[in-house]
Amino acid sequence: MSDAQAAAPASDNTITINFGPQHPAAHGVLRMVLDLDGEIVTRVDPHIGLLHRGTEKLIEHKTYMQALPYFDRLDYVAPMNQEHAFSLAAEKLLGLEVPKRGQYIRVLYSEIGRILNHLLQVTTQALDVGALTPPLWGFEEREKLMIFYERASGSRLHANYFRTGGVHQDLPAELIADIYSWTDGFPKVLDDLETLLTENRIFKQRNVDIGKITRADAEAWGMSGPMLRSTGVAWDLRRAQPYECYSDFEFQIPTARNGDNYDRYLIRVEEMRQSTKIMRQAIERMPAGPVLADDKKITPPSRGEMKRSMEALIHHFKLFTEGYRVPEGEVYAAVEAPKGEFGVYLVSEGGNKPYRCKIRAPSFAHLQAMDYMCKGHMLADVSAVLGSLDIVFGEIDR
Amino acid sequence: MSLDLTALGDHIARDLSDAVLEQRLDRGELTLTVAGKTLPQVVKFLRDDPQCEFRLLLDICGVDWPKREKRFDVVYHFLSLSRNQRIRLKLSTDAQTPVPSLAHLHPGANWFEREAFDMYGIVFSEHPDLRRILTDYGFEGYPLRKDFPLTGFVELRYDDELKRVVYQPVQLVQEFRDFEFSSPWEGVRHGAPGEPPAGTDRRG
Repeated sequence: MSDAQAAAPASDNTITINFGPQHPAAHGVLRMVLDLDGEIVTRVDPHIGLLHRGTEKLIEHKTYMQALPYFDRLDYVAPMNQEHAFSLAAEKLLGLEVPKRGQYIRVLYSEIGRILNHLLQVTTQALDVGALTPPLWGFEEREKLMIFYERASGSRLHANYFRTGGVHQDLPAELIADIYSWTDGFPKVLDDLETLLTENRIFKQRNVDIGKITRADAEAWGMSGPMLRSTGVAWDLRRAQPYECYSDFEFQIPTARNGDNYDRYLIRVEEMRQSTKIMRQAIERMPAGPVLADDKKITPPSRGEMKRSMEALIHHFKLFTEGYRVPEGEVYAAVEAPKGEFGVYLVSEGGNKPYRCKIRAPSFAHLQAMDYMCKGHMLADVSAVLGSLDIVFGEIDR
Repeated sequence: MSLDLTALGDHIARDLSDAVLEQRLDRGELTLTVAGKTLPQVVKFLRDDPQCEFRLLLDICGVDWPKREKRFDVVYHFLSLSRNQRIRLKLSTDAQTPVPSLAHLHPGANWFEREAFDMYGIVFSEHPDLRRILTDYGFEGYPLRKDFPLTGFVELRYDDELKRVVYQPVQLVQEFRDFEFSSPWEGVRHGAPGEPPAGTDRRG
């Protein structure tokens, strides 16, 4: 319990302070024990698990369909990206093909998720270093995007929209038109947001050369996503190991050279522009057709069918009581979530519930580098680095 | 030129013939089963060999198979950026036998090993800081083991008289219900190929 305090202080000048678990800059419930030499940080010991809900244990007791909503509650900033990883893993085990329109809708909503996440990250990082206006501007756009979530799935945050084999329902034409017109205006909002931050003297003083990492560091600590790209590696799963239909889209992968907080900020802003581009392409090229795979042993029948066909009624009943059986095996499926590589390792024994579901959360790997990244920095930089790591406790604590 | 996964598996098995017990390619994923003691040697090879360059340790996790003598699987996932390949390492252990820690080869292994220790009680030898990580301070038991009940053993509430949070044994208002759906009249074998016939116990 008190191992942190038990560790011998480095010198007599070292003081140990407690940061959190309730702290506005902690982005959730994080407790950190900080050793300070004057104002210089000598050791960071993050204590996590205050939001541990036993998601993996719960999933072992739920059918595949019931397990999906837990994924919204991991990284609640970009819920559908997590659902995506689980759906891909289950589809890989089942060998199920998703119809083209379903894939395009998934891409569209994954990119909305990426913008949701980056808007939150960029603006709250600005808040962490003292700027109040960016969150106010950014949250307005987030609100619009969450309304798109709501119009597709019925809820703003915990969408539960993706399904094994596609998505739950098709999008209405007006919604697609509204998303498209939103992508017209959004680059302008980003430009405005950038006028507040990119050349802002205070923002630069607080972020340039803070929390610097090299490519070797990033690899050693298992980092991915913008953390890895800020060190000059053009690694993006959407490009390197294209899942879904990402190979159909043209987009660029922004990288940077210095690996500091400021570079990560620039990368995230550029990724929002690229995501907007992908969203536009997805809407322009969206094919017609079904959104859910036509395998009645796995996906539910339509309401209309159930009124007419006995077979459909039986399928519906079996699916929503027993669920579907998934062949024996183990798979690892990963998506490029906004924060980095989000993976799901699924072990099936052939039953209707996963035998084991390990969730590989990018924030977990990133947060453990806190000690490494903060050593030698000032106390005030701890919150800047923490903001730049882009962590959410839903997925760290699981 | 990167090797395809079969060739890669053969390449690794050739160089580490005494360490790799089994290699399996399933659904486009390569899994190597290794002996516990040789793990650091294999991981070092995977990291440094120019044909492999698996420099990113993405994940470590445990899997519990209570009916086996060595009841735990420890599963490692690696990623190679330069080769654009993934690989999975697996080894089995029991609750007593320690697994060599990888923290000196991949600093990022530290927390993942702590998590496996916390959730399953898998012990890692030469780990720099093997503390519990996700569970509460003073927690007892290993929650992800299959014999740990979903509801746990203790619950906590705020005690208004003591003016603090107290722990007490779990009291269930209703018995925990775990539905078993294996149906006695499963006439048509549907869904999963390789699924055990109806009526057999599917749980490990």
